[in-house]
Amino acid sequence: MIEVRFHGRGGQGAVTSAELMARAAIGGGKYAQAFPSFGPERRGAPVTAFLRISETPIKVREKVYAPDVVVVLDPSIMNVTKVDAGLKDGGVLVINSAKPAAELRKSFGFKQKMATIDALRIALEELEAPITNTVMMGALSKVAQVATPEQVRGPLEERFGPGLAPKNLRAFERAYEAAKAEG
Amino acid sequence: MSAKTIVTTEALMKVGDLPLGLTVQPGSTVDFKTGDWRSALPVLDREKCSYCGFCYVYCPDGVYQDMGPEKYYKPDLDYCKGCGVCAHECPKKCIQMVIQEV
Amino acid sequence: MSAPKGKSDSARAIGLEVSLAIAEAVKLAEAEVVAAYPITPQTHIVEHLSELVANGELTAEYVPVESEQSAMSACIGAAAAGARTFTSTSSQGLLLMAEMLYIASILRLPIVMAMVNRAISGPINIWNDHSDAMSVRDCGWIQVFAETGQEAVDLTIMSFRIAEDPGVLLPLIVNLDGFTLSHFIEPVILPEAAEVRRFLPPYETAHKLDIQNPLSLGALGGPEIYTEARRALDLALTGAKPRIQRVFDDFAKVFGRQYKLVETYRTEGAETILVTMGSISETAMTAVDEMREAGQKVGLVRLRLWRPFPVEEFRAAVAGAKNLAVIDRAMILGFPEGPVATEIRALLYHEKNRPHMTNFILGLGGRDVPRSHFKHIVERVRELGASGRQGRYELVGVLE
Repeated sequence: MIEVRFHGRGGQGAVTSAELMARAAIGGGKYAQAFPSFGPERRGAPVTAFLRISETPIKVREKVYAPDVVVVLDPSIMNVTKVDAGLKDGGVLVINSAKPAAELRKSFGFKQKMATIDALRIALEELEAPITNTVMMGALSKVAQVATPEQVRGPLEERFGPGLAPKNLRAFERAYEAAKAEG
Repeated sequence: MSAKTIVTTEALMKVGDLPLGLTVQPGSTVDFKTGDWRSALPVLDREKCSYCGFCYVYCPDGVYQDMGPEKYYKPDLDYCKGCGVCAHECPKKCIQMVIQEV
Repeated sequence: MSAPKGKSDSARAIGLEVSLAIAEAVKLAEAEVVAAYPITPQTHIVEHLSELVANGELTAEYVPVESEQSAMSACIGAAAAGARTFTSTSSQGLLLMAEMLYIASILRLPIVMAMVNRAISGPINIWNDHSDAMSVRDCGWIQVFAETGQEAVDLTIMSFRIAEDPGVLLPLIVNLDGFTLSHFIEPVILPEAAEVRRFLPPYETAHKLDIQNPLSLGALGGPEIYTEARRALDLALTGAKPRIQRVFDDFAKVFGRQYKLVETYRTEGAETILVTMGSISETAMTAVDEMREAGQKVGLVRLRLWRPFPVEEFRAAVAGAKNLAVIDRAMILGFPEGPVATEIRALLYHEKNRPHMTNFILGLGGRDVPRSHFKHIVERVRELGASGRQGRYELVGVLE
């Protein structure tokens, strides 16, 4: 079982990312669950969402305390939240940042593997909007090997409709191709 | 039951005899002459009556019947409780409440 | 769900938010009237139902009322007219609705309600526990607790069949944990519409308001009748139990998923048995697995049916246990134990071989319930059983 924790801010799509990843996994014949860390919903507030993907039925509903993967949708969240809390030694951080991994590692003391991706730039180029969640889904899918572009196509189409789905899929694919864990 | 004390009970029906959902058949007041405790009854002076229908409309118990071609309204005394609303509202003052001797 | 999930099932499962899955189940059940007022965390259910009605996917009257009291009043009217009726609420909404719940049951109207369990304020809180469900424990409705999204869907469909059974004719509450179940995206199998229609034919009843055959509903029941009326309702509720299991069995024949009133998990030879209700049961099962692997004789009993209380089934399920750890998701303020534990202790009072029993209260107001809670409980109950100290609740993880 792979356990993932998403960090973002209200309105950035952390919850949607977890949901779409779960739906893609279930559509691909796996077992999955996704849920937000529920709270008063307001734009800009730190938001956490959780995702579990497994080959066997998942019989646990507790929060994810020791994630295999942490996804950071919003780089500024690292200043207010210890995003690597509980991350397994062999785990990986997938961070939306234009900065190189080494620099973030120095600033925040991250010990585990890291994959950084300039999701904002990709989002602006592909979606013409600073919405980074589908880009980060692409990075997560590649780094954690949890879904292929083919598997997320359906959930993306269902969620974004014929107008926006192709753009989101392209954003996903670019991140999927570019993302690489290091360290 | 072996207890000796006889339980005084106000129970009206056995548990098993209650209708499903405690439904009640409608129209049961037809069986009761609800006017029998009346102390005054309306008496109509048909000479002054203009057949306006105020008594019929105002009666809280709906006891007045339209007599049609006879052009007046007649109270059903089985149900009239003698409240006097008809006499009070009658614009021609042609209804008198008459005390009934029991 | 006792049967393991088969391969064919996982092929048909879709990833769906449990709230939406329940709305889809109500659609499959072809409810004719939905009267509801939105409240967190129930909102997604009724929101989706109003969409389904607006889209024409569900031919029903959706009544957007101005309060929960009105919602239940409208449901009572609709059910009294012979319509298949659904509503949903949570917490404070339930409290506003409460007085009408008692009317629905005495009138024997088969309304189905999804109660998305949320703590009762205050302090104001939107998260999950069972304080709302416990506040209407005695309202005369059949009450079940769902553990998973699949079970919430299946119970919703079965609920109409149970409630509308001419030998039952009682309203029914499907309890499901707010957020920790209602807002999970997880694999759910939505049954085929044709199969649901076969399992659940349209609601036909003679117990309704009919202008051709007039009768009054809701008449006064004075001192000369009230006692007998309450007794009759208790007999109806208690008598519903075998019929509920029968519907569960019929469901299994059509859909392959077998449910029981009380479920056991690895209770064979268990010295300590945990007792749970609702979605924490899954986490508890995993904790039991882990404790069993470590050589501890631990089992789990899950109450699916809460009202009528499955007395015999529960006694059989816990027979032979040395220690019993009863878990509550609500408190009884001013009493030494929580509501579930209080009832279970009363039930066991006359047993010759009573287990040591301790009550643990946890997961209040949305506090997370991880596996470690259950492991801690098993250690504590063993200590307390040995020392004989019983009869006071312990709050797991409380800071004091």
